[in-house]
Amino acid sequence: MKIIVAIKQVPERDAPVRIDPAGTWIEESSLQFALNESDAYALEEALQLKEKHGGEVAVVSAGPERVGSTIREALAKGADRAVHILCDDLHSRDALGVARLLAAAIKPEQPDLVLSGLQSEDLGLGQTGVIVAELLGLPHATLILNVEKTETGVKVKRELEEGWFQSVELPLPAALSIQSGGNKLRYATLMGIKRAKTKEVRILTAAELGADSAPVVRMERIALPTKQKSTQMLDGSPKEAAAALLEKLKFEARVL
Amino acid sequence: MSGVLVILEDRGGRISRLSWEAAAAARILGAQRGVTAAVVGAQTEALAAEACGQGFARVVRVEHALLAPYTADGFALALEQLIRAESPDYVVFPHSYQVRDYAPALACRFGQVLISDVVAIGEGPVFTRQLMQGRFNASYRHTASGPCFVSVQAGAFRAEPADLPAAAPESFAPALDAAQIRTRPGEPFRSSAQTVDLAAAQRIVSIGRGIREAANIPLVEELARALDAELAASRPICDSGWLPIERQVGSSGHTVSPRLYVAVGISGAIQHLVGMKGSQCIVAINKDPDAPIFEVADYGIAGDLFEVVPALIAAVKAGKA
Ligand SMILES: Cc1cc2nc3c(=O)[nH]c(=O)nc-3n(C[C@H](O)[C@H](O)[C@H](O)COP(=O)(O)OP(=O)(O)OC[C@H]3O[C@@H](n4cnc5c(N)ncnc54)[C@H](O)[C@@H]3O)c2cc1C
Ligand SMILES: Nc1ncnc2c1ncn2[C@@H]1O[C@H](COP(=O)(O)O)[C@@H](O)[C@H]1O
Repeated sequence: MKIIVAIKQVPERDAPVRIDPAGTWIEESSLQFALNESDAYALEEALQLKEKHGGEVAVVSAGPERVGSTIREALAKGADRAVHILCDDLHSRDALGVARLLAAAIKPEQPDLVLSGLQSEDLGLGQTGVIVAELLGLPHATLILNVEKTETGVKVKRELEEGWFQSVELPLPAALSIQSGGNKLRYATLMGIKRAKTKEVRILTAAELGADSAPVVRMERIALPTKQKSTQMLDGSPKEAAAALLEKLKFEARVL
Repeated sequence: MSGVLVILEDRGGRISRLSWEAAAAARILGAQRGVTAAVVGAQTEALAAEACGQGFARVVRVEHALLAPYTADGFALALEQLIRAESPDYVVFPHSYQVRDYAPALACRFGQVLISDVVAIGEGPVFTRQLMQGRFNASYRHTASGPCFVSVQAGAFRAEPADLPAAAPESFAPALDAAQIRTRPGEPFRSSAQTVDLAAAQRIVSIGRGIREAANIPLVEELARALDAELAASRPICDSGWLPIERQVGSSGHTVSPRLYVAVGISGAIQHLVGMKGSQCIVAINKDPDAPIFEVADYGIAGDLFEVVPALIAAVKAGKA
């Protein structure tokens, strides 16, 4: 099976993210970046499918130069090669604009399976993978926890709301958006990290892909959410805060 | 039509609660021209009856035998035809799992992008959605011509029950062919046996990724015992296998409404909040004073859980002695 995984680099989870002075994006200069969580699960699923059925796993990522480190991480975990779509204007593109870049890079590869993460941790649009499927004319399924190869295609476990699941069968080629939690994630081994250095990373530019289009949706401004609820913050040392909290729970909220 | 179309979703034979919230958002956009509601499925009579009398200008039954069970292909094809026929300015959806599965593809067929998971609509219209898991709000504008596709987040708009004269539902029969439906969905199932009943718990202590590793869980377990509370968790804790999935709170886990909910090292992503914000009293312990969980908490302690939790345990025990 030839599998392509779309991976996105996002600010590290606990990173202290600040809004830039113009209020149109976040300050990137001092941030650490990491592989988007559900994309890590998509990559894991792809690597396990390859281990079982053979074939190839390639990753594709659109973003500025810094994205190279996340691509190397995917290669170190076991991806065979990578395509880096070099672009500095990622956050001024809408989901369709990004999906067009990805689809243009994926199409000539003619993969059997295109995997993406369910949702990016920074923009949280939750749709780029579905649009890529649509642009490539592939059947798709989202919120996927597990993929099994069948005679005719794949059978996937799809998450429904409130603890329910269903299985869905799709013919190949197909596109799947992978939800977090279906597998145990692997770490890159020292050997893997060494090997990654020799693997192919193809650099493509947005212009080469000819996938430019005016955005139909524009993000105008970022702000801190306005507080709606007045939380009583309990200050002091941990011991003082704990004592104050218990007082409140007993005599104010009366829940103890 | 040039107006607002809202897609109402079937939840076990009834219109889902989130659909009524989407309808409220649609009314903001369609104050003047009125809102048309669509119900989609193989048998939509009961859903249409439920929608009639809820203040919609029109109710449309998008019905075809191939629309049950739900498939992304079937829904996208049927609604594409409806939208081409109606030419609405806005199409509003509840941001459900079903909608996130097909609406982005549907919008793409019109050269549009779904403005997903919207939490507010202001003059303009300007749509607000969250970034960075709820840490920021961003405002979005639709800058193209053609229908604008919007989905709304759970709990963001208030569903107002309307009591207006009923319009008779209309029918729309999409042209669908079995060969166009490429996926084969199976029956829904539940996986794990239920041994705890979080929904019935009066007190819950819930842990998140702030706990860092499985070996630290007993610390919070001790707090739960001291408070006579059930232990629950955010999704990543269950994903890691540190606690069974039956203890997960949130949109893909349980919805709980205890008298006391103590969130320890949980950031407060919307998918977690929808499962617990109905709790009577919410306490949050988080080292990040800007964590979104404080937005829903009644009481907050901004501090390191590894210092605060032991202090709390000691205080509870001292109180009991
Ligand atoms: C479709 C979908 C469905 C989902 N369903 C669910 C669901 O049902 N339930 C759910 O919970 N999530 C769900 N999620 C995931 C959700 O989006 C969040 O990723 C998740 O809730 C985050 O969990 P967390 O708060 O434990 O972790 P994080 O977001 O990583 O937060 C950890 C928090 O711990 C704090 N912290 C770290 N160290 C300490 C310390 N020493 N002391 C105190 N605080 C500390 C940090 O400041 C941070 O706020 C879903 C996501 C999607 C896309
Ligand atoms: N710039 C990008 N490069 C590669 N993949 C991406 C990019 N943006 C989004 N994706 C993929 O699309 C998924 C959903 O992202 P989003 O629609 O932003 O929530 C991500 O989890 C990735 O798999």
